[in-house]
This record gives sequence, structure tokens and C-alpha cells, in this order.
Amino acid sequence: MERHMLRCALLSSALLLAPFMSAQADTADKTIALSNNYAGNSWRQSMLSSWQQTTDQAVKAGIIAGADSFTTGENQATEQAAQIQNLILQGYNAIVIDAASPTALNGAVKQACDAGIIVVSFDGVVTEPCAYRISMDFKQSGLDGMNYLAKRFPGGANILEVRGLAGVSVDELIHTGVMAGTSKHPQLKVVGSVNGNWSQTAAQKAVAGILPSLPKIDAVVTQGDDGFGVAQAFTAAGRPLPVIIFGNREEELAWWKKQKDANGYEAFSISSAPSISSLAFWVAQQLLDGKQMPHDLLSPAISVTQDTLESSLKGLEKGGIVSHVYSVDDVAQLKSPVAQ
Amino acid sequence: MNAPQPMTLKPQPMLSGTQGAAVNRARWLRNALPAFSLIVLLGTIFIMQPRAMSYMGMNLMLNLAVPIALATIAQMLIITVNDLDLSLGSFISFVACVAATLLNDHPLLGSLALLGCIGVYALLGALIHIRQLPAIVVTLGMSFIWVGGAVLLLPAPGGSAPQWLQALVKIKTPLLPFAVVVCVLLAIAVHLFLMRSTWGVVLRGAGGNPLAIAKAGWSLLRIKVTLYAMAGSFGVLSGLFLVGLTTSADANMALRYTLLSIAGVILGGGEFTGGRVSPIGAVLGALTLVLAGSLLSFIRISPDWQIGAQGAILILVLALRTAVNRLEVRPA
Repeated sequence: MERHMLRCALLSSALLLAPFMSAQADTADKTIALSNNYAGNSWRQSMLSSWQQTTDQAVKAGIIAGADSFTTGENQATEQAAQIQNLILQGYNAIVIDAASPTALNGAVKQACDAGIIVVSFDGVVTEPCAYRISMDFKQSGLDGMNYLAKRFPGGANILEVRGLAGVSVDELIHTGVMAGTSKHPQLKVVGSVNGNWSQTAAQKAVAGILPSLPKIDAVVTQGDDGFGVAQAFTAAGRPLPVIIFGNREEELAWWKKQKDANGYEAFSISSAPSISSLAFWVAQQLLDGKQMPHDLLSPAISVTQDTLESSLKGLEKGGIVSHVYSVDDVAQLKSPVAQ
Repeated sequence: MNAPQPMTLKPQPMLSGTQGAAVNRARWLRNALPAFSLIVLLGTIFIMQPRAMSYMGMNLMLNLAVPIALATIAQMLIITVNDLDLSLGSFISFVACVAATLLNDHPLLGSLALLGCIGVYALLGALIHIRQLPAIVVTLGMSFIWVGGAVLLLPAPGGSAPQWLQALVKIKTPLLPFAVVVCVLLAIAVHLFLMRSTWGVVLRGAGGNPLAIAKAGWSLLRIKVTLYAMAGSFGVLSGLFLVGLTTSADANMALRYTLLSIAGVILGGGEFTGGRVSPIGAVLGALTLVLAGSLLSFIRISPDWQIGAQGAILILVLALRTAVNRLEVRPA
């Protein structure tokens, strides 16, 4: 047992010293693991394939020794905590997490930090202070849509806001961005607001219900997965098509393209990208390389404009979301929310 | 399910010497099976990942097994009287939420709330016995109440476990990791109580043959209330240990424990009816479940196959057990 204790002492001191010894070293011999809690929708599938694509290239290029992804069987925090502890044991140098719970993994995350492992969380972020968090800048994406409309309608416009699921923080954040847009551009007036629940059918029903009570609508702000339904509701009601702020879904962009080809329709689209996983990978790699970064980072949204519509639509599979494979240079442009 | 059943008087065949030995051997095999499967798993893990064979490694792999082992013991106590607790996971989540909010801010109020939880479990036992209700239905209903209570306490994940609790679960015991020490003590203590003491025999008898126990003058109501209250206490311990490890709570954090605890009891040699349970086996079963997850992660099986592989391990162990049971029934 003496030797056993000695081995523990050696192992723990090695783990403690590891980050200091290799602070400026190359990351070619480092490994990064992705701990993911759920893979059951198109966003997560797209997120995982983006991770795969980025890390495969990085491994081939010799930037990193390995980057495996692990998904838990069920969307449960306790299971993911056990998974993270296993990853610590396997000796990964960094762990990237899309967390099942913002708090229930804190114990395991702290253990990883104490073992000298860099922990980067994204999308589902963790609150443990020693971890890095890459959250999406939802407020900014709401504001960006309004900024576009201000440019399109310098003389003022009536706007209908289609919101997401009530009570979900993402909806609240995007809404705050839209409200910030109205105070920044007083000529834009939100004359109506409905909940489209991020679903084409729900959005179509909700918009069809409120349309008769509204004056002429110049523009509609949506949050994604609802723009196509909005367009259907306007067509069905025989109203002139408004400018719609879409959410990067394939069906929305395809409809926009059809209108553009038919009558030169102009619009704008913005949404969070599932490829945020590749961004998290590069953040972890840069941290392993010894770069200093703030613990809270904001990932910008991806937008599609009139000029980039065709290129965004190309290669986008049916029912997919516009994605963007991040490179290591994107890490430098990340903002911390305090700086804003 | 809970109604006293008429005593079945099966004529016991006189066992000849060799037959008796065969039955004994089969029984020994059945008891050894949980330990055997655990050792095989542990051995494979050590070969795959030598790093796991250390104080820190064992601690990392097993500390989340402690709340599952405690939950399994709680479930086992309910299964002892042929009932099934479908609310255990949500109950443990609720306890974790109480610990991360009330117990942290107002220790006295929090302790009272936790005692109240145990009281509710005792009342459930009484209700199920007096009204002859199916325990599955009652506990399924309770599971919604516990989750609702947890969401009311913690609408968004958060809270903070009391410092003393966080320190307690991180105790560094000499030689063996704390998680292992707790599991061993838990298994031995419950074994001594349930399998060796007079009270334990009566409690198990209430599952095996309630009529005989009632005729012998024991109150079945008291037995059920005792077992449910004990199950509630172990549930509370499980929740406290869990929140100590995770440091903060989430209303849905332990929902999986319901099924894990049932699987642990069965893997450990327990049966759904007849008061046939084994505390040591239950703890070993819980450890087996946790280690199966670790093993799959170490082998780097693709995530798509992991759930299936975990199921395959369970089926393998249960198949072995059925084979051993058959040996016992029909000694060759």
C-alpha cells in the first residue's frame, strides 16, 4: 500500500504540474474529448457532424493527437457527470461539454479542473467558475435583424414580432434584442406580437389569427423555424408579402430564393449555428496552447444576406440549418459579454 | 399483490446427501454471481485503462456509485415486501433540491423538511397497506408530486449544497477511497440487519409469507411502515450524497435512479416477489451498473451502440443468473 500511495502522489503531482510544464508547448500530443448529453434532434446531429469534420482535419493536420466524442445514452445529468469522470480518468487534456444541466455537472467539472484539465462548455453551458463558457449572442442576433430593417425602411415600418416558446430564456433574449432595436431605431414600430413556438405550423396558425386585426405589415421578425409558416399565412390571407427576418432553416431559404427569382424579393436571415461545437474545439485547442482567454465568451450568430443566399443554400440538405465550420482564426474574434 | 396469500404447503422432498450438496452449490453460485460479474468488469477496466487502478481512479469511477448504491438499498427494502417504488428517482431529486436550498439557507428548517420526507414515506407504507393499493400506482403518482415539489423549490437549476456536505463526500480515507469504504459499510450494515437479526427475518417474512407472519402475531402494518420509512431514509441519504458530489441541484437530476435501482436489486440476486433480497448483492449490482458505463466509455464504443451494449451486459448477467437458478431448482 506504501507504493500505492506513492503512485497516487506522483500521479496527482504530475497532473497538477502538467499545465504549467506544457503551457507554451505545441498541442500535437494533446487529446480533447467532447461530452454530449443528447443527440436526438437535427441541431445536435449537425453539431456532432461539425465536430467530427473539424477534428478529423485537425488530427490529420497534426494539430491535435485525438478528439473523440461521447454521447450519453439518456439526457440525464448524473449520467453525464459519470461520463466526465471517466473522461478525466482516460487522461484527456481538455473536455468540451454540451451540458445536460447548468449546475448538476459542477462537481465533476471541478474535479476535471483540479486534475489540470481544461473544460470548455458551449450551448448548454455549466456555471462552475473554473470552466469556460461559449454562449450564443441571442440578444445581438435580435438586434441585427432590427438593424437590417432600419436600413430597409428609413421612413418607418410596421413590424410583427413572432416569438418562440414562452418562458424559455432564448426567446426572452432575442426579444430583448428586438426591443433594443426599436429604441435604437424609433421609426420601427412593433404593432403586434405572437408566439410561433419555433414551429412552422404553430407560427402559421398564430399569424393567421392576428393578421385581420393588424394594419399593413411591412416586416416580420422571426426567431427561426417559423419564417416559412409566416410567409404561408400572409399568402393565404392575400396580404402583400412583408420583409421577413428568417432563421437560417433550409425551407425558409428555399422559399426566399423562389421569391427572389420570381420578383426580386429581399430579406435577411440570422440564427445560431450548430457548428458552435467546432468553435468550442478551437477554443479548447488554443487554451491548451497556452493562450489566455476570458471564461465567458459570446459566439456570434450566422447571417444570410441577399448576396450570400445562393452560396448558403448550396449543399444545405433538406430540413437542415445553415452552418459554418469555424477555423482557429475565429477564436480571436470572440467577444466577452463584459466588453460589450 | 399485497394481499396475504394462503400459505402454500409444498411437500418438501427429502433431499439425499448429494442432492443437498448440489442445491447448496447452486445457492452459493447464485450468491457469488454479483461479486463474480463485478470482478470480471473491474478486471477488464483495469486492463483497458491501467490509470483506473489507483486511489484517484477508483474514487473517480465509483463516487457517483454511492448515491446509486444507497438508492438501490432503498428500492430493495420496498421490494422486500413485494412492492415497487417508481418515485425513488424523483424523490432523490427532490431531496437534492431541498438540500441545495432549504438545508443550506435554514439548516433547522431543512432538516425538518428531510425528516418530513421520511414521514411521508412511512405514511405511504401505511396507506398502501391499509387501503390495499398497488404500490406501483401510488408511487407513480408520488413521483409527479416529488418532481413538482422540486421544480417549485428550484424553478431553474441552481442552489448550493451546504459546505459541510461537500466536505463530507470528499473525505480522503486512508488506503481505500471513501466511495469504496461507504459501499462496504453500507452492504455489511444492511446485511447484518436484514439477514442476520430477528427483526430482519420478520421483515423479509412479510414479503415471503405475509399470512404466516400475521398469524405469528406481528403487525403487517408496522412492518410495512418500518420498511417504507427505512427506504425513505436511504433515499434521503442518497439525495444528500448526490448533491454533495454535484455541489448544486437540478429538479431532474436523479430521475434515472428509479430504474437503475430496480436493475441493481435484480442484478444483485434479488427477486420481485417472495422477500428474496440480498443487501450485499444489491450494492454489488449498483456498482456493476456504474462500472458497465465506465467500461463502455473506456472501450470507445461509438455512442450509437453504447446504450445497446449496456443493455447487452445486463442481459448477459441476468441470463447467467437464470441458468444458475435452474441449477438450483433441478439439481442434476
